[in-house]
Amino acid sequence: MSTESIPVPHASPTTSKSKAQAPEILTGSGALLRSLELLGITDVFGYPGGAIIPFYDELMSSHTSIRHILVRHEQGAGHAAEGYAASSGRVGVCIATSGPGATNLVTAIADAHMDSVPLIAITGQVFSTSMGTDAFQEVDIVGITMPVTKHSFLVTKPEDVPATIAAAYLIATTGRPGPVLLDITKDAQQNSAPFHWPPKVDLPGYHPVTKAHGKQIQAAAHLLAEAKRPVLYVGGGVIRSGASAKLLELAEATGAPVVTTLMARGAFPDSHKQHLGMPGMHGTVPAVLAIQESDLLISLGARFDDRVTGKASEFAPNAKVVHVDIDPAEISKIRVADVPIVGDAKDVIADLTVAYMDAIKKNKPDISEWWTRLDYLLNEYPLGFEEPEDGLLSPQSVIQRIGELTGPEGVYTAGVGQHQMWAAQFIKYERPNAFVNSGGAGTMGFGIPAAMGAKVAQPDRTVWAIDGDGSFQMTNQELATCTLNQIPIKVALINNSSLGMVRQWQTMFYEGRHSFTDLNTGANTVRVPDFIKLAEAYGCLAIRVTKPEEVDAAIILANETNDRPVVIEFVVSSDAMVWPMVPQGTGNSSVQYARDHAPKWEAE
Amino acid sequence: MSHVLSLLVEDKPGLLTRVAGLFARRGFNIESLAVGKSEIHGLSRITVVVDVEELPLEQVTKQLNKLVNVIKVVELDQAQTVQREHMLIKVRADNTTRSQILEATNLFRARIVDVTADALVIEVTGDTAKTQALLRVIEPYGIKEIAQSGLLAIGRGSKSITERIFKN
Repeated sequence: MSTESIPVPHASPTTSKSKAQAPEILTGSGALLRSLELLGITDVFGYPGGAIIPFYDELMSSHTSIRHILVRHEQGAGHAAEGYAASSGRVGVCIATSGPGATNLVTAIADAHMDSVPLIAITGQVFSTSMGTDAFQEVDIVGITMPVTKHSFLVTKPEDVPATIAAAYLIATTGRPGPVLLDITKDAQQNSAPFHWPPKVDLPGYHPVTKAHGKQIQAAAHLLAEAKRPVLYVGGGVIRSGASAKLLELAEATGAPVVTTLMARGAFPDSHKQHLGMPGMHGTVPAVLAIQESDLLISLGARFDDRVTGKASEFAPNAKVVHVDIDPAEISKIRVADVPIVGDAKDVIADLTVAYMDAIKKNKPDISEWWTRLDYLLNEYPLGFEEPEDGLLSPQSVIQRIGELTGPEGVYTAGVGQHQMWAAQFIKYERPNAFVNSGGAGTMGFGIPAAMGAKVAQPDRTVWAIDGDGSFQMTNQELATCTLNQIPIKVALINNSSLGMVRQWQTMFYEGRHSFTDLNTGANTVRVPDFIKLAEAYGCLAIRVTKPEEVDAAIILANETNDRPVVIEFVVSSDAMVWPMVPQGTGNSSVQYARDHAPKWEAE
Repeated sequence: MSHVLSLLVEDKPGLLTRVAGLFARRGFNIESLAVGKSEIHGLSRITVVVDVEELPLEQVTKQLNKLVNVIKVVELDQAQTVQREHMLIKVRADNTTRSQILEATNLFRARIVDVTADALVIEVTGDTAKTQALLRVIEPYGIKEIAQSGLLAIGRGSKSITERIFKN
């Protein structure tokens, strides 16, 4: 059996002391706090309750280096921890009590599972002696979260705390990252045991692969050297792996075009001439068609999600597939790979570049014909939008200006819906971890708490939550958290008075029957709630923008305001739609550039 | 097509839920399941029969391997393994039918483990084909109850799955 090494603990005066003498006796909650400190955790988001009081008592200690941020809803703690992790690459930690506290974390845990976010969720549990009796605030959170965690633990004894939290950290942060739940009974928190660090972490069934097979890399390099129409299909794994610099080398060595998925925006600079944009349902025409016409798809940390592939059987019909992923189960799950490569994207991409340079020594590949076609697509079908006819603001233009005035060093989070797609399309990303959104789960309400978490992780960066009026109303209570804890995020509330994405589908596919998608928050409605009053009530600087000429000044003022959160309500047109679009269930070749406007096909 | 998987797993609370839940949520149907201790302390062996094609089988195996408490997943080749099911059958039997049932039981090398005036309990061990054949013969007499184990399987020869894992 193998014993995995646990992360190198941060230097701490307490470790040297405990080495020399007999081990310190700590309560389970004391051991939990100490273990988190030793793992280098500096910030946690949480909400107390009966079954987690002992740990909160420890958290109040003036000695701890850990900053706890009291949220207003546990879901906010979960998404904040996700935003913290996704923007910084560090693990996110959220804490809740048993029962409803724990179930309120479930959405965020599921979200982290879909998007491979390293997350540790700590929940209190009723006394171990009461478990199974339907005790007050008892739920089987380990059972509930089994399908949406990478792993979960129930701790009933104080002596098990250090090893379990170390194992949780190891599992959450290595291999394909993901959420790990740690459920700790109240008696395990209260009782005492000797504290040993570093603990022995015994995980005989956990062996994440990181280094790929040389033979497969060679095979991929040869395919790449022979390909006439290669495409580098880049997914979120490249960001999680920190492989952007290596990707740039590979791309420039091969000259191949690059597409970045929703989860990979920023993995490759948008300003780079080889970048075709985002593929998928709302991808750019060049990105979508490049994949459709390619003869070799090099998938790097992407998982052939249905929002990328459209009808999978018609996806990249003529392409051979090299599939690189750290999770073996992703390979050939949707599309059978011709060359499967299991490994960490950073290492694989570096090895692939070397192998490719070797493979092209004899004859240099010529993909200039491919670029002639791609350049045509890039020129003919750039991303764009039309100004709305109702005199209201264009949401795309507002979002674009936020990106332009804030720049690539900012962090941008998003809720879910039209505004999310526009944030992916019209903000130009130049660095990884700059765009944080809910891709796999599509969790409305993700934006504000994720921005809060990102700002805590990276206080020196300007952090914008691009939100919609629907998403905003799901989690805006965290603005109170932001105000009280000096977390000055900026919220761009793109208010089209409706659930815009659903409304768009209703317009297109349900004969314009806008069933229950009107939220009555925008122009010419009763405006419930009044977002300005609401934001001011939370202590934010609140600005309502209704005219194009006010847009820049409001964004600049927001960027200059750092003593409190800012909410700008942009009153935009509800008729604006997200283009291009591949209708659901169809092949990507039926991409529409704008309504009823399909791109011209290349004559074969 | 049916495939037999042998899983070496850590004997942890909730383990069976993790395994069974994975099959359920990914839409794979478990035909048979047998769980018991393995030769190593703290490790259990699960034998699962699952009805899937080759490609989804690969996906099941990979997903099972991702479970932290699952140490090893091996597909057992029918030709290279011994496979057994265990079944208890309660069948109606009176003075006129008892001897016929007894004869069938003997032919199948099964055993009678309980006798009453109007019933017999037959214990049979064998591969699925054998237990099903016996059932067909016994059925006309009136089966009152069946209790059946999942399929157990083990590779032929001297090699063991655990040896291969832990020798390094």
